[in-house]
Amino acid sequence: MLTELRIAGFGGQGVILAAHIIGNAITLVEKGYATMTQNYGPEARGGAASAALVLSDEPVLYPYLTRPDILIAMSLEAYTRYGPEVKEGGFLLVEEDLVQLDALPQVPKCKIYGIPATRFAEELGKKMVLNVIMVGFFSAITKAVSPEACRAGVEHEVPKRFLDLNVKAFNKGYEYGLELLTHQGERTHPGEEMIPGLELENHTK
Amino acid sequence: MHAEKESVLTGTHFINGDTACCEGLLAAGAKFAAGYPITPSTEVVERFAQRAPTVGGLFIQMEDELAASITLQGMVWAGQKSFTVTSGPGYSLMMEHIGYAAMTETPCVFVDVQRGGPSTGLPTLPAQGDMMQARFGSHGDYSTISLVPNSPQECFDLSVKALNLAEKFRVPVMFMMDECVGHMTEKVVIPEAEEIEVQPRRRTSKKPDEYLAYEVGEDLVPEMAHAGEGYGLYVTGLTHDKKGYPLMNPKQQRELVTRLFEKISRAADELTIVEADGVEGADVVVVSYGITSRVAMRAVHLAREKGLKVGSLRLICVWPFPEKLIRELAPKVKALIMPELNMGQVVIELERFAAGRTKVISVPHPGGTVHDPLEILEAIERGAQ
Amino acid sequence: MSTLIEPTALTNPVEKVLRNDRIPTIWCPGCGLGTTVNSFAYALMASGADLKKTAIVSGIGCSGRVSGYVALDSFHTTHGRAIPFATGLKLANPELTVVVYSGDGDLTSIGGNHLIHAARRNMDILVVCVNNMIYAMTGGQAAATTPGAATSTTTPYGSFEPELNIPQLVDAAGACYVARWTAFHVKQLEKSMTEALKKKGFRFIEVLSPCPTLYGRRNGYADGLAQMKEYKEMAKVKNGAPTYEVAITHGQPIIVGKFVDRDRPDYLTLMRSQLGAHYHEVAEVGVGCGDESEGKEGCCSC
Ligand code: SF4
Repeated sequence: MLTELRIAGFGGQGVILAAHIIGNAITLVEKGYATMTQNYGPEARGGAASAALVLSDEPVLYPYLTRPDILIAMSLEAYTRYGPEVKEGGFLLVEEDLVQLDALPQVPKCKIYGIPATRFAEELGKKMVLNVIMVGFFSAITKAVSPEACRAGVEHEVPKRFLDLNVKAFNKGYEYGLELLTHQGERTHPGEEMIPGLELENHTK
Repeated sequence: MHAEKESVLTGTHFINGDTACCEGLLAAGAKFAAGYPITPSTEVVERFAQRAPTVGGLFIQMEDELAASITLQGMVWAGQKSFTVTSGPGYSLMMEHIGYAAMTETPCVFVDVQRGGPSTGLPTLPAQGDMMQARFGSHGDYSTISLVPNSPQECFDLSVKALNLAEKFRVPVMFMMDECVGHMTEKVVIPEAEEIEVQPRRRTSKKPDEYLAYEVGEDLVPEMAHAGEGYGLYVTGLTHDKKGYPLMNPKQQRELVTRLFEKISRAADELTIVEADGVEGADVVVVSYGITSRVAMRAVHLAREKGLKVGSLRLICVWPFPEKLIRELAPKVKALIMPELNMGQVVIELERFAAGRTKVISVPHPGGTVHDPLEILEAIERGAQ
Repeated sequence: MSTLIEPTALTNPVEKVLRNDRIPTIWCPGCGLGTTVNSFAYALMASGADLKKTAIVSGIGCSGRVSGYVALDSFHTTHGRAIPFATGLKLANPELTVVVYSGDGDLTSIGGNHLIHAARRNMDILVVCVNNMIYAMTGGQAAATTPGAATSTTTPYGSFEPELNIPQLVDAAGACYVARWTAFHVKQLEKSMTEALKKKGFRFIEVLSPCPTLYGRRNGYADGLAQMKEYKEMAKVKNGAPTYEVAITHGQPIIVGKFVDRDRPDYLTLMRSQLGAHYHEVAEVGVGCGDESEGKEGCCSC
């Protein structure tokens, strides 16, 4: 199984750290393989940030993404730029306060889930942890990496003095994701009306 | 001898190739280095600047690559293991001192994280366009060793090997990474210090009055003494005699330059470092190195799925070129395919040693990204016909 | 072929500092280089430096050959790069006394950038720059130090560039010790070299030296002696002279003396005081990228 994942947002959101947490989780805990690449070019200036991960149960040969199975979009630009690349039937996870889905002429044909991660992060007292909330959300929704492995990844990557906060952040995202999955279709959460993935899931199979 | 515990970051990590390369050089015993920042190699020295003081060493950022590439040689002659790191334009500037290291037999490692060129080219994107420069870049004739890693894990493993080979043969070893491998993050396992074999400096056991700096034994590699040890060293880039004294005549030139070549060519077997996969009985063999070997392997898998008998031969040590291996392999296959992220450099050597006994198909690529595996597959199919 | 000199009861007092098996030198009769080396040899002995722990580094050129005649650890490096090589030696073994001995073209032109930065870093080395105002080894081409009106093989009509005031340059860059003498001032030079050898930090001594073969003859000096005479007549000792006033101008007095003598912490001293307790201690090193990696996303493209 080969899964291609892109995490994108703007500088300061911790895109690379999020990718590192997932990479650690896969390689160090789940004994899988992960290859992470980044954009270093001039397009990486001006605030855009993006990381690409190829996750696999055998050694990764081709290092780059062909078409991502999963996109975690933490900014509008990330969504408009990378949204169209996502495979049909793949996952699109968005920071719902920052991403307006209709900003693209055609909403990607994939399972779309939103989370108000920035707001949650602010509630936890530090805007910085939005990336870890997104990782929790990603783990819950896609099941690509187990929450235990992700938590270990967080532990590996985050300085000790911030560990508690980050684990809380992860749990917040994870629990929100699970809840969203159980209440799919119900409008119990503020972001959900954006696109509760269900119909699209049926649509694309 | 094995690595010093305090220099080795034993454990399993998720780090990029540049970082892994730095850790490898540290593990191999380098505590001192000089450099000059240049994308995409800078992370190696940034890391080293952070790490070196913790092991009693230091990193100095010099005013340019010319300075960095000779400061490190001062460090070596003062008794330390050392290296420098650069990329494209910086590598060009370092050429003179690669020649100086070859001539004075200064053991050291030059890391080149290759990016697209010529000139400023593509600072943040990969290429393998410096391969011939690694072999022939400095003026005059010399022979050296070039290792090419294809993953962050190998950036660690092979940078240890690079420094070991440098010490063993007293040559500047070229560690030819590329932007993709350098910036790519993967799992890297760093073993315990006791499991890492380290080649100690080949120091003379002779007393100063009986020591000749360039007297050699069986393997043609002289034993070294350092500044400050009372040997009254004389080190020069001029053609020199056994004492190290300038002696500039055709006879001495022949003796010295021949030896500089022979100390490497005699070790051809040891320096044939390749990874073969399904080469036995294959109709077509894809010969590749560095990041391209991974993409080539994908193409090999695709070809095998199509029922083709395809092997992969990965050159881990590109220079010296595995002449004997290619001479023997060529008559056994229908074609040798060589994809590289340049317009066809190492393939020239491949053709030379295949010597018309098989088809050689070059799959050039100007760099900026890696090959599309389908391009290589297409070449395999052509070769198999 | 070297001439065999019969050993006599009289031995050269500086013999133990020289590589006698390399002598005679390749230098021309009347060349000032040997004279400067003589002063240097006396200075080495007078300074009390441990000769076994003293290294001499040269670049390329007639002056670049000095390293090969002195019985120390001798490094004859590449053109212009003696200073960075010396930097490496010093950093990797701080116990060494490191001297760079080279020419004006080597140190100030092709190696000018290294000169500036070694002075700025206050690298603990002594640099002796023999200024013969010409590229001699290559046959008499103009240097950055060739005085305006003088001719050379590449400036047959005279040079159109003002010459470099080297003491001013190294002073501005932060050298701890700056002096200028000529090959005529052997005693002062020796004293200055001795003093500089004992001092810490980046030390610089310029020595004007006749090159009768390639500079003198072309510019109206009959031989080395004629240039020496000019040094004697034109030199004016002005210790402490502001270095912006010591440029060498044709027909004007040659200002010599010790211009700068100051103390400031050298590179290694500063490093040790700044790293303090952290030095040698294994500090915690984050293997991941953590927060700082965000900076790298904007990583430069040049
Ligand atoms: S050419 Fe000039 S500098 Fe060189 S040795 Fe002769 S006199 Fe001296």
